[in-house]
Amino acid sequence: MDAIILQLLNGLDKGGAYALIALGLTLVFGTLGVVNFAHGALFMLGAFCAVSIQSLLTISKQVKDESITFFDAYKEQPYLEIWWGDTGTAIIDWAVPLSIFLAIPIMLLIGVAMERGLIRHFYKRPHAEQILVTFGLAIVIQEIVKSFFGANPIPTPSPEIVAGSANIGLLLGLGESVVYPWWRLVYLLFSGIVIFAVFAFLQFTTFGMVVRAGMQDRETVGLLGINVERRFTVVFGIAAVVAGLAGVMYAPILPPDYHMGMDFLVLSFVVVVVGGMGSLGGAVSAGFLLGILQSFASMTEVKSIIPGIDQIIIYLVAVVILLTRPRGLMGRKGVMED
Amino acid sequence: MSDDKKTSELSRRGFIKVSAAAMAAASSPMFFTKGAWAANEFRNNPGDASSVKFGFNVPQTGAYADEGADELRAYQLAVKHINGEGDGGMLNTMKPLSLKGNGILGKKLEYVTGDTQTKSDAARASAKRMIEKDGVVMITGGSSSGVAVAVQGLCQEMGVVFMAGLTHSNDTTGKDKRRYGFRHFFNAYMSGAALGPVLEKEMGKERRAYHLTADYTWGWTQEESIKNTTEALGWETVAAVRTPVGAGDFSQYITPVLNSGADVLILNHYGKDMINSLTQAVQFGLRDKQVNGKNFEIIVPLFSRLMAQGAGDNIKGILGSTNWHWSLQDDGSKAFVKSFWQEYGFPPSQAAQTCYVQALLYADAVERAGTFYPPEVIKTLEGHTFDGMGNGPTEYRAADHQCFKDVLVVRGNENPSSQFDLLKVEQIVPRSQVEYDPAIFGGDLGPYEV
Repeated sequence: MDAIILQLLNGLDKGGAYALIALGLTLVFGTLGVVNFAHGALFMLGAFCAVSIQSLLTISKQVKDESITFFDAYKEQPYLEIWWGDTGTAIIDWAVPLSIFLAIPIMLLIGVAMERGLIRHFYKRPHAEQILVTFGLAIVIQEIVKSFFGANPIPTPSPEIVAGSANIGLLLGLGESVVYPWWRLVYLLFSGIVIFAVFAFLQFTTFGMVVRAGMQDRETVGLLGINVERRFTVVFGIAAVVAGLAGVMYAPILPPDYHMGMDFLVLSFVVVVVGGMGSLGGAVSAGFLLGILQSFASMTEVKSIIPGIDQIIIYLVAVVILLTRPRGLMGRKGVMED
Repeated sequence: MSDDKKTSELSRRGFIKVSAAAMAAASSPMFFTKGAWAANEFRNNPGDASSVKFGFNVPQTGAYADEGADELRAYQLAVKHINGEGDGGMLNTMKPLSLKGNGILGKKLEYVTGDTQTKSDAARASAKRMIEKDGVVMITGGSSSGVAVAVQGLCQEMGVVFMAGLTHSNDTTGKDKRRYGFRHFFNAYMSGAALGPVLEKEMGKERRAYHLTADYTWGWTQEESIKNTTEALGWETVAAVRTPVGAGDFSQYITPVLNSGADVLILNHYGKDMINSLTQAVQFGLRDKQVNGKNFEIIVPLFSRLMAQGAGDNIKGILGSTNWHWSLQDDGSKAFVKSFWQEYGFPPSQAAQTCYVQALLYADAVERAGTFYPPEVIKTLEGHTFDGMGNGPTEYRAADHQCFKDVLVVRGNENPSSQFDLLKVEQIVPRSQVEYDPAIFGGDLGPYEV
């Protein structure tokens, strides 16, 4: 029972990340009709917003390393610590949550620049060309990040106060062994809030209404005199922000490296396909569903029955769903079928 | 008639004598200079050229690019020192030393580089290119056992010596050993043998271990070696779970550990996998846990400072083993650290040290052999004993081309004095404790002449 609860939490947590990335992918696909393979790179850029803030806060002075005695060696000490002592250390400690405030404008800017600068030139081109250009863009972004930050993962810890794990077993009246990292619980809550915010934005604002209408029938909305394109540019920016925030908050769980976006991209595409192309609700529910299934498939008991199932479960589910429901769980008729 | 007979007999005898003498005379230069003749025939013989090239085959892209970059820095430093530039580094401490600081056999040392991408096929392709197009006399480098085994096989086929970089699998000098391949780095067996007594002392004889293992050749051999060691101590192995390479999120593999009854987690992971699994295991509170009345412990059998940087504070207090560490205080290590730090602004990694040493050892062997002819260089390296290179007295064992030397047991530093001071040397385990019979891993070195 304990193991099942833990794997359920793992699944929800993983699912939260999948859902956030897939949500952005679907949003872009549903509005602009573009299959954006650079979306994983946006997730990675978000994580590197956290790394950048941490690097900015830890800009250091070269001080002599007294522990090396046989020649003059230097080590680094952050200016914040030199100037403000413990307060400086505390600010550095909160680098990841602080990054959220920076990530929102930066990711919005990157998203809009990406759409205006490159992707809009490919709206009327075949999907294959869109995939090629966005995939190429993803590689370019990756290499740029690598040239600045190197190939090694960079530790980006969560604030000390949420660094440990919560004894949820005691809270729920289960055993003492049911512990779960605080930061992962924070991530789960955070992904829930972001998903809710995106849905609320689309559901309860005029802007959102136009976007939803545009997703249904772009031509008619355009004929009504509404500049759909401009709104869709903003949508691309929002999708970038969602992916970026997912990345920022994921940095303490997975020390960021230049390749982390690619690792998530493939899974997120499967999530979109399983959920149904263009369906926001489908993307979110498929994200959580596949996250949970992947976690359960990794249990030793399950692996002892079907070895290697943890590595193929997601693709197996995708195959089954596509065979039984070719449009995905919540796919709409007519999307990508022309 | 009689005259004729006499003449005829003399003629026959004479003919035989003259023929024998002629044959002996004709064959004698061949007999005495057989080596020299064959030596002219070998691949990429520099002959009278004024320079000679090494091929540095390191990961320049992909997950191990940072480690590859550090290897390349070390090689560039080695080239400088061999050519008599800079402060000489370990050439000041290496014993015995035949190099004169004027290149190798008077030829200036140059180099070309290749990108292994940490993929066997890419590594073989770049090694082949350097051998065929650039005419290198030796290939060295790499940061993966899969790559080392693949490139070593190619070098054997092509008759070019391969001085392996960072490779820790038992297979490299075990079942996949090759006459043309040499490894200075230690291996999984040695990690197990070195860690055993320390684990017994620190954690006792009644422990229950849970392994998470990277699902490929290196992971399997390390799991086997560590299991053999811990089970010999009396530990029970609760489970050994294989994880896909590059899994990223290991939470689904870590949570079963919580309820398994295990009190030790052994992470047979390297690189990004190690960083992620260790970070996440610590986040799950494993280090604060008490199981079976004992503190829960995590062990990372193969440590690397570069990787430790990625894991940040999570590395603190964790036990593991390493081939070399920059804080060692012997003359060889100090000379190398000083050269490297002054050149690049930070201390070298263990990958840099093993690569630097490999380049110097090959160059020195050529100088001693007096030829670049690979079989002669190989024979010079086989059984060679040396010192002053950071690992104490070391031997290149002839039977499997594995270096035997002291092994370091290290612990993640609780109070690092700088961003480089991440590992603390707990114990220098003597060579005698990590030695083994080469027969246990099988394999065949193959011929000298190819």
